[in-house]
Amino acid sequence: MQPFENFRGIVLPLDRANVDTDAIIPKQFLKSIKRTGFGPNLFDEWRYLDHGEPGQDCAGRPLNPDFVLNDPRYKGATILLARDNFGCGSSREHAPWALADYGFRVLIAPSFADIFHQNAIKNGLLPVVLDKALIDRLFELAGGDQPLELEVDLHGLKLHPGHGHEPLGPIDIDIDPFHRHCLIHGLDDIGLTLQHEDAIAAYEQRRRAEAPWLFS
Amino acid sequence: MTTPKTIYDKIWDAHAVRTDEHGTTLLYIDRQLVHEVTSPQAFEGLRLAGRKPRRVEANLAVPDHNVPTADRHLGIADPVSRLQVETLQDNCREFGITLFDMDDRRQGIVHVVGPEEGFTQPGMTIVCGDSHTSTHGAFGALAFGIGTSEVEHVLATQCLLQKKAKSMLVSIDGELGRGVTAKDIVLAVIGEIGTAGGTGHVIEFAGEAIRALSMEGRMTVCNMTIEAGARAGLIGIDDTTIEYVRGRPFAPKGELFEQAAAYWRGLNSDPGAQYDRVVRIDAASIRPQVTWGTSPEMVLPVDGVVPDPNDATDPVKAGGIRQALAYMGLTPGTPLTDIAVDKVFIGSCTNGRIEDLRAAAEVARGRRKADSVALALVVPGSGLVKEQAEAEGLDRIFTEAGFEWREPGCSMCLAMNADRLAPGERCASTSNRNFEGRQGQGGRTHLVSPAMAAAAAIHGHFVDVREV
Repeated sequence: MQPFENFRGIVLPLDRANVDTDAIIPKQFLKSIKRTGFGPNLFDEWRYLDHGEPGQDCAGRPLNPDFVLNDPRYKGATILLARDNFGCGSSREHAPWALADYGFRVLIAPSFADIFHQNAIKNGLLPVVLDKALIDRLFELAGGDQPLELEVDLHGLKLHPGHGHEPLGPIDIDIDPFHRHCLIHGLDDIGLTLQHEDAIAAYEQRRRAEAPWLFS
Repeated sequence: MTTPKTIYDKIWDAHAVRTDEHGTTLLYIDRQLVHEVTSPQAFEGLRLAGRKPRRVEANLAVPDHNVPTADRHLGIADPVSRLQVETLQDNCREFGITLFDMDDRRQGIVHVVGPEEGFTQPGMTIVCGDSHTSTHGAFGALAFGIGTSEVEHVLATQCLLQKKAKSMLVSIDGELGRGVTAKDIVLAVIGEIGTAGGTGHVIEFAGEAIRALSMEGRMTVCNMTIEAGARAGLIGIDDTTIEYVRGRPFAPKGELFEQAAAYWRGLNSDPGAQYDRVVRIDAASIRPQVTWGTSPEMVLPVDGVVPDPNDATDPVKAGGIRQALAYMGLTPGTPLTDIAVDKVFIGSCTNGRIEDLRAAAEVARGRRKADSVALALVVPGSGLVKEQAEAEGLDRIFTEAGFEWREPGCSMCLAMNADRLAPGERCASTSNRNFEGRQGQGGRTHLVSPAMAAAAAIHGHFVDVREV
């Protein structure tokens, strides 16, 4: 995983609650046995007017002009702003794979579904939880004529509003210190866990005596 | 005196290998279930890193999402689906993992197969790259869905890095009314607490109505815990649990079983154990449920009417209702019993077990599917459920009523195989998600119990199964 560097990006407002992982990446694309290439099919059923199938060239497909991802104001957006319970439903990691492959690096919502939240961090995406009033304000600003830019400083734990939106002031990022550590250093969890091989082996030995049926 | 503990506390403590200064625990995982959709990239990761599964015998694999439910002997027609199932076969062969392949009589939906084989046992930690892993919590196990990176992590280390969740007790007090089932309980709970109500929590279900449920019913309740936002649901261990596990192929045998059973009984929540949140619902107040929208929390009793967005005070909520009604093609004020269905789906990891098929067959017995219903599909949860149902003559009841009797798999719950809704088609479904496009792009899903689904197939629209 790539280490998470500070950056500045445009905020794309997706004004819906309960955006589920079926909507983020529909089931037909889950047949892939790879981790990459899901970006063109991100939000496929909302983004295109036709039915998408895996392996198809998406360049010539008819776009849904009413879907925010197709709004030219948000071209190149790297920060996704959403409502409550973003990423609910299926545990498919294809959802963060698709978001990251499209180019998103930060997700902001009042709440995230638990499994999705975990999957996002494993893929270098930063989920930021903010209170509803602040989210409402961000939606207002991001929906204006001048796109809202934020500078994301994971080291300093701040979001700084860009040009024209300074009055908003810096916003605190509240994140689990271990998650922050993993994101900043781009750490491979498995490697970290394997450093505790002795502890795992000792646990297994103890557990085998206490609950032998688990090992039979 | 020691502090009273919940069953979640006890299972957690028994599986904590170590906890770091940030409160992140390395949690030992006893069993992993594997299917074709969320595992290929995990096996690929192992190969690239030159790693091997730490305990092959702790894993059990079965293809379920992509498998066809008709003409199984012809194999999978879609080449992309076929490659995914073949990849699972290749990976299991290469890494030495037990696989119940498509032609195995034990093949079925991973969350039906695990319990049926006794692979799922009380007190265990169980994971699978599938959100409905919460099903196995019915056994008093800590079971939750994980992503593919975590599937790889468990394969390589037999552990996961986890933070302990908060606890919630949902007590269903008293007795259920006639015609009200486990599915109605869990839909009512989701309606009450919302799809994000359980986020960050593990839910323990308790109360007389839960105790009175069979293991099949308890699995239905725990299965949809994820639809209430909680990764895991749990039910305390009792005789019903222990007798269900006894004698199953992977269960401990003889003296070892008795030793295990004694250990399991000690895992239940202590009197006076504290929960972060407690929700109590009177069982007698629960009526048969029908979802009307595109989130499982958009649910009402069958005698209700389609809600009006103008009655919602929160603008985000009102917007959600408007979007849902537009997608579902419904008008506020319409009685739910006036909604006609085009298709009916009976099956899935929520309601594809023998008891579910019996309940649906009881309604279909001696009746005929309405002509206006294009298809009523019955998909058993596993090959063994199918055999049992056929031994009881349920397949005949269904086919004589004009329903189709199919081979086991996930089928039209998520439409990764050929079973799906066409745009605009409306379905009474015993599955777990009514999301936009879930059962096929543009398809409209209403979640109900097996008996309610069968009744909708007979009448061509929703009916109160208590009046049938």
